[in-house]
Amino acid sequence: MLVISAVGVVWVRHLFAAAMFSGIFSFLSALLFVMLDAVDVAFTEAAVGAGVSTVLVLGTIVLTKRLEQERKVKENLRPLILVILTGMILIYGSLDMPEFGSSNTPAQSHLGLTYLESTPEQIGIPNVVTAVLASYRGFDTLGEVAVVFTAGVGVLVLLGGFMRNRRRKDQGEL
Amino acid sequence: MNQHLVLRVVTKLMVGFIILFALYVQFHGDYSPGGGFQAGVIFAAAFILYGLVFGLESVQAVLPPWVTHKMMALGVLIYTLVGIYSFFLGFNFLDYGALTPSHPEHGQHYGILLVELGVGITVAGVVISIYYAFVSRSSTSKDEEW
Repeated sequence: MLVISAVGVVWVRHLFAAAMFSGIFSFLSALLFVMLDAVDVAFTEAAVGAGVSTVLVLGTIVLTKRLEQERKVKENLRPLILVILTGMILIYGSLDMPEFGSSNTPAQSHLGLTYLESTPEQIGIPNVVTAVLASYRGFDTLGEVAVVFTAGVGVLVLLGGFMRNRRRKDQGEL
Repeated sequence: MNQHLVLRVVTKLMVGFIILFALYVQFHGDYSPGGGFQAGVIFAAAFILYGLVFGLESVQAVLPPWVTHKMMALGVLIYTLVGIYSFFLGFNFLDYGALTPSHPEHGQHYGILLVELGVGITVAGVVISIYYAFVSRSSTSKDEEW
């Protein structure tokens, strides 16, 4: 179903339908995260991917056009071959990965284990994800927040969110 | 959207619960899945839903753009101040044990709570601001094209 909705995004020419397909894709991948026991990530995926970004895409469609522009399709097989080759290499690489849920992986046996063992005594909260995110890796999270802030400022500068207000105020005073 | 009675009533019912759920995810993040990022996005989603159904003017009457712009900076500020506070008490940067030196575990609780609050405020502010910036631009296409 993930694959079907991903193909749908590319296939459909009506951009509204494409936006809906990408929302469906996000919801399905949120389900996938729940199955992998990554509920925190699933939360984010459902809210950001399916909710907010769909709304933003719809907002962009309202600002631009409903339909994708018609293109003259040239028969060009080279990109297709390249994509298939890359996909095959990636699948070949994934054969080396440890089995799903295996307990002997490096991620499970060194750092992850340390966090799981030391969180109850050092921090004393049940949600290890929060402990790692906010305490052990606090500095990284500070960086992430700064990135989110910078991205927001960047979008506002590009779309003129600040200027618009000022202009409105000026008009009001005049 | 004036004619969609069901949408309007359901939205009015839902928005309160969505915000409540956002606050739960925010402040209960220590014990259950979730945290600042998720809470901020859910909080923003409530306002975006309200804005979609009732229009930009009514949602901006509740939460004007200058507030969301300040929220963006306020969150980062809270986060950094927690770090600098522990810095000045002779601990490492962002070492939450500084908040209650007699009982470092409690300090961790307070620190995580404050830091997550900062994250949540920034994320909510950014998402709502971006939504405002998109929607406040005038539309070029007409309704018949749908």
